[in-house]
Amino acid sequence: MPEAYLWPGNIACAEGAIAAGCRFFAGYPITPANEISEHMAKRLPEVGGIFIQMEDEMASLGAVIGASWAGLRAMTATSGPGFSLMQELIGYAFFTETPCVIVDVMRVGPSTGQATRAAQGDVMQARWGPHGDYAAVVLAPSSPQEMFDLTVRAFDISERLRTPVVVLSDEIIAHMRENVIVPDEIRIPERARPERGRQEFFGPELVPPMPRLGDGFNVPVTGSTHDERGIRFTRDPIVHRRLIKRLWAKVYSSAREVWDWELCGEQEGKLDLAFVSFGSMSRSVLEAIDILASRGLRVASLRLKAIWPFPDEVVAKLAERAEAIIVPELNMGQLVREVRRAVAGRARVIGLSRVGGGELPTPEELAEFALEVVGR
Amino acid sequence: MSGGGFSIRRYLRPGLKLPFCPGCGCYTIINCFLKAVWELGHEDLSEFAFCSGIGCAAWIPSPYFNADSIHTPHGRAIPVATGVKLARPELKVVVFGGDGDIAGIGCGHLIHAARRNTDITVIMVNNMVYGMTGGQVAPTTPLGAKTTTTPLGCFERPLDVANVVAAAGANYSARWTTAHRRQLTDAFRRALTGRGLRFVEVVSPCPTNFGRRMGMDAKALLRWFVEASVPIEEARNMGAEELRGRIVVGTFADRDEPGLLDRLREAYGRARPP
Ligand SMILES: Cc1ncc(C[n+]2csc(CCOP(=O)(O)OP(=O)(O)O)c2C)c(N)n1
Ligand code: SF4
Ligand SMILES: [Mg+2]
Repeated sequence: MPEAYLWPGNIACAEGAIAAGCRFFAGYPITPANEISEHMAKRLPEVGGIFIQMEDEMASLGAVIGASWAGLRAMTATSGPGFSLMQELIGYAFFTETPCVIVDVMRVGPSTGQATRAAQGDVMQARWGPHGDYAAVVLAPSSPQEMFDLTVRAFDISERLRTPVVVLSDEIIAHMRENVIVPDEIRIPERARPERGRQEFFGPELVPPMPRLGDGFNVPVTGSTHDERGIRFTRDPIVHRRLIKRLWAKVYSSAREVWDWELCGEQEGKLDLAFVSFGSMSRSVLEAIDILASRGLRVASLRLKAIWPFPDEVVAKLAERAEAIIVPELNMGQLVREVRRAVAGRARVIGLSRVGGGELPTPEELAEFALEVVGR
Repeated sequence: MSGGGFSIRRYLRPGLKLPFCPGCGCYTIINCFLKAVWELGHEDLSEFAFCSGIGCAAWIPSPYFNADSIHTPHGRAIPVATGVKLARPELKVVVFGGDGDIAGIGCGHLIHAARRNTDITVIMVNNMVYGMTGGQVAPTTPLGAKTTTTPLGCFERPLDVANVVAAAGANYSARWTTAHRRQLTDAFRRALTGRGLRFVEVVSPCPTNFGRRMGMDAKALLRWFVEASVPIEEARNMGAEELRGRIVVGTFADRDEPGLLDRLREAYGRARPP
């Protein structure tokens, strides 16, 4: 029998990680992510795992990367300021094909901003944070249940693709308490291990098998450009192109499996209006479309549960049906740029920015805004 | 020990050529380190995992040692090594890095690893400069030394790294120069055994990007190391003025306190079993 728990999002996230087989956590204190670390510190020793609080966020993700190469499923959790500090190591994890999960519980920024208040300002940092040609995988929960489910999914994708996966949450989701159903069984396949004697750990397959340190493969792991064996090539353009193209192909050829969304409201036919949103904002949107439907509008809400790679086709399909698309977000307008790009003129795209204080627009406010947009 | 005598080649990845400049101290360090490995009875490096950051010194293990190695971003080798060690305690985890890597950008990690007494070996190659980037001032550059970013002479005091590491709680901390091959090899041997953090600072010649601007070639640098070296026992009776410009060598700490893993296991023993 699946069991139900009344958990805040952060606890659900930690429990999801444990259920997914996470056995190593390193982190640095930061509001509003602290409960994830605190819960992991309590739970990991009970399941034979290891928790350590490091001296900063670079050290935290560094230790996670080391533990991952030593064979453990590993994770860290932070918020904007720490997420910024982690960017170089996120790029490193991507380039060295190191599975790991990074939870970013977003708060108001830039800088220290409003530490205890929700925001969604890290959409683009999650995509473009590391320097160079990074390809991001980013999931976006909008309830404690999804903090659990998407943390599990983050491990699954990360292990299967050998790439870092970010869970982009926010203060509202992190601290709200809701029923979380824990399934009876969660199975994430073991990492594919190389056969004895193999010397290629970074190609030629899209996702090459990953050796564990200490298993006799003599693997050289490096953040410099490297060939399939891991040997550094710091000048050869061909070696770099081959590597980066494979890494991008790895992420983008899996985009369809990563894409994850929920369409509510009118499922078919023309729409007067649609919303595209994610995270805590979607909760207000879902109520707003009920209000709008009761006013006689044909409306739908597309809620993205995976933001990167961006689900272009899903958004384009919605745009074929909708006259106008509203993108409300707790930032000065980030997701809306991507929606506009994917919509490519098929519909009007209107952003609605709300920043500061962690206040979501109320469903009534969203409905009012929508009515103005459609001229009712 | 079987299979012939000591040769560094048995530990090096075949088909690669070491990349260091002629006269670079990294050659001596590789020799002495692998000699220590040999003397400890390791026929190969299968029991080791190496971590290093960015810089000439950080290239020592990666990819040249025929072993598992993680070549991390600049300054982050110690945290990565910490993760490896905690996840696979049976491995001997060794960090190589330059003075900039370990005592500049990564200094916080070094001190916390010493405080935790993390069960790893850290070897810091102190060439008194940022070698790989062309010879900029480092946290270890002597007062007055000319570098590319101190054309008028270095106006900051150097960090006494081996001393700081000892004070922060590492089980073992030593400093030698590449002119002290036997002592260096012995220090490496000690640093590869036992628990807790074991740190060796090696004062090493960078003729290309340090010596050149100081008017010294590799030989002159080594001569200077010999002349400037003072055993720590003597240094203890010398004043700060007398010690200026000298290189204090020897063992700064050698103790056997519980390491991070001991403490962690002790604490985790109190956890409820699953
Ligand atoms: C974050 C970051 N900053 C700067 C650099 C540039 N960089 C490369 S090597 C190096 C200095 C290395 O000096 P040191 O650690 O003393 O090693 P050495 O080359 O002297 O052996 C620097 C600053 C970098 N790679 N990454
Ligand atoms: S620049 Fe200096 S440290 Fe780097 S390889 Fe040359 S001599 Fe050695
Ligand atoms: Mg240096």
